[in-house]
Amino acid sequence: MIIDTENLRATELRLGLPGADEEAPAPAAPAPDRPARGCKRLMTETGSEESGSKIEISEDDRAPEARVASKAQVVGWPPIRANRKNVFQGRKAEAEAAGGGGGIYVKVSMDGAPYLRKIDLKLYKSYEQLREALEDMFKCFTSGDFSSVTVGGGGSNYAVAYEDKDGDWMLVGDVPWRMFMSSCKRLRIMRGSEAKGLSPNS
Amino acid sequence: MREERSERSEMSENGDGDEGKDVRWSPDPGGTAPPKCRAAAGSPGGAAVPPPPFSDQVLENVLENVLCFLTSRSDRNAASLVCKSWYRAEAQTRLELFIGNCYAVSPARAIDRFRRVQSLVLKGKPRFADFNLVPMGWGARLSPWLAAMAPAYPWLERICLKRIAVTDEDLSLLACSFHSFRDLSLICCDGFTTIGLAAVAGNCRHLRSLDLIENDVEDDEDEVVDWVSSFPPGKTCLESLIFDFVGCAVNFDALLALVARSPFLRRLRVNEHISSDRLYQLMTRAPQLTHLGTGAFSSSVEVGDFEESLESAFLSSKSLICLSGFRDLAPEYLHTIYPVCTNLTSLNFSYAQITAEQLKPVITRCHNLQTFWVLDSLGDEGLHMVAATCKKLRELRVFPVDATEDSEGFVSDVGLAAISEGCHELRSILYFCQRMTNAAVVAMSKNCQELLVFRLCIMGRHRPDRLTGEPMDEGFGAIVKNCRKLTRLAVSGLLTDRAFAYIGLYGKLVRTLSVAFAGDGDLSLRYVLEGCPKLQKLEIRDCPFGDAGLLSGINHYYNMRFLWMSSCKLSLSGCKDLARQLPRIVVEVIRDSSEDDNSDAVGKLYMYRSLVGPRNDAPPFVKIL
Repeated sequence: MIIDTENLRATELRLGLPGADEEAPAPAAPAPDRPARGCKRLMTETGSEESGSKIEISEDDRAPEARVASKAQVVGWPPIRANRKNVFQGRKAEAEAAGGGGGIYVKVSMDGAPYLRKIDLKLYKSYEQLREALEDMFKCFTSGDFSSVTVGGGGSNYAVAYEDKDGDWMLVGDVPWRMFMSSCKRLRIMRGSEAKGLSPNS
Repeated sequence: MREERSERSEMSENGDGDEGKDVRWSPDPGGTAPPKCRAAAGSPGGAAVPPPPFSDQVLENVLENVLCFLTSRSDRNAASLVCKSWYRAEAQTRLELFIGNCYAVSPARAIDRFRRVQSLVLKGKPRFADFNLVPMGWGARLSPWLAAMAPAYPWLERICLKRIAVTDEDLSLLACSFHSFRDLSLICCDGFTTIGLAAVAGNCRHLRSLDLIENDVEDDEDEVVDWVSSFPPGKTCLESLIFDFVGCAVNFDALLALVARSPFLRRLRVNEHISSDRLYQLMTRAPQLTHLGTGAFSSSVEVGDFEESLESAFLSSKSLICLSGFRDLAPEYLHTIYPVCTNLTSLNFSYAQITAEQLKPVITRCHNLQTFWVLDSLGDEGLHMVAATCKKLRELRVFPVDATEDSEGFVSDVGLAAISEGCHELRSILYFCQRMTNAAVVAMSKNCQELLVFRLCIMGRHRPDRLTGEPMDEGFGAIVKNCRKLTRLAVSGLLTDRAFAYIGLYGKLVRTLSVAFAGDGDLSLRYVLEGCPKLQKLEIRDCPFGDAGLLSGINHYYNMRFLWMSSCKLSLSGCKDLARQLPRIVVEVIRDSSEDDNSDAVGKLYMYRSLVGPRNDAPPFVKIL
């Protein structure tokens, strides 16, 4: 899966002076090697909901040897079974939703946009309505169209992907709407070119 | 023949092989068994009398009667190695068949040896499958086992499956094949839906327990079957009904009626769709319950006096010793459980984000608690309370509310030290945290000498001692050194080769070891493989261990159930070398779809001893070397 690192970091909301990147230096000698092939599916774990970026910069380590260049969330770590993880992510999403009423709120991020939006999936009855809403919401950032939402990927400027409760990223539009609503945890509008890496199946 | 015998003794799939045992062979009695009753009760005359021709048969019958009393599988394995006669007698009398790795032996072989099995325990996928490290479709299917057992063990009563792929067809076949079937236990299984559950409920007339524990029951919302209604009418034999993680709601009226006509029901764990206003109704119809899973423990109903009803339901539940559920806990209802607290031996709050403040009135009443599962939201403060009251505590699990590396983490070394000071009877601990010190771990090693299981997960990778900045070597070293009974260990934090040297030096009883993001190099792996004679299960991820480390264990892999190594520094050539040297080990290399097929690097290695060689159901992403 192709990950647009630079843009993601650019869309991250953080407190701090612009340009003050807290990227730590490469680990010194005694540090255990982090094998490059160790973190293959970097994007599949849902990180803390607060940060919009998938790449979290470590701020916590004391010993310089222990710091690594960038701490991406790793598959299967910490070792918690899926059913436990999902319960709390679900609840966090609910807690974040201001004035609940049972809406299904998910964050929507878009490549190149400086901030995230949040939408209530319950307001829409179909993918078509969702597509229109997204187009509306993000039209100031783009000149393209979202016609790929139902088709899934090829040919247009943008594609919409969603993260399901297992942490996998899939193209929007493949599963029945209701199933999508119950399993979607967040949305991401990505450039059409990157969407080619995504398969519709989990 | 001899070779086959020693191969069996080294690699008995039931674990504990005995190497170098002197195998005596008794003469084969041969032919048909002579009639028993011709006793040569003492022939007259002084002539030497040859032993009566049927004595071996009699001996075998006597033996069978005696061996019936052996229940532990390691004892049985030992007995089966004494001689052929004992081997046969043991095979005839083994009632519970435990298969720790479904690929270590084939169904045909198992059935051929053990003819009278009543109970089967079968384990499939490696544990790391729980954390998404094993791709879907890897294997461990029940179907071939069921197909073989249905004709062979028609009197089978119990099946317990862990991490096995079970389909609805399997469940239907199971329900129809075994007429005295009583107990079904599915743990971390997947592939079935409510259709399969309905088949079991409907066809197993003597069903005593249906325990569905942490399975992935995948139902399309539109296709949910009302399995609870499938239970036949009339009194049931049900003693245990556990469905706390079955995702879809059940027919409540049917459930209520079922509970009402199940006078033997002792364990009932309902899923989160059952709210408190319904829970009390269930409880009132089953005051004899010993184990209760409370479902949501909140209510969507705005008004109602069910709170009082809930209170009185708990008051009447004099036998309750185990409480769980609380999936959506409304803290204002917590007081209703006070009456049962003092009898509780097991309490599971691990789905309730409860604070120390909220926990206090509950935990201070739980003097007899032996097992406690909780979320780290209780904080170090909450752990102090536990330590102060629960002097009989044997098992503690503290799970993180936010299971990410950079989460805040509400418990630390302070909580761990407190527990160690208060709970000297501790046997087993699983502790997720973000901050830890060697001192606290050392303290636990000294205070809790009964520890069998120590699993510490410092969620931030490579994190050192938060006070000294040093690696966590000394802490884990103290655990293996001081806790002489330790059989299971999971390590984390910043660890060098030194930690593994300690494990190899002191961990003489360790059977299961889990390692992640640790060690400096191959030496670590060598220390463990050479130092731990009882090691059975070794799971490693993201450590800098390469081919040299892997090969250092060549003399030990036949004693182990399996080795898992993912994201280490193994190469295909190294693994091939190993596979060549160990013909009875199945070496699987699992490729992720994103991996380059041509590279020599091995992403995931899973290897295990097997009596039957490579399996024939491996999916395309598994390469068997």
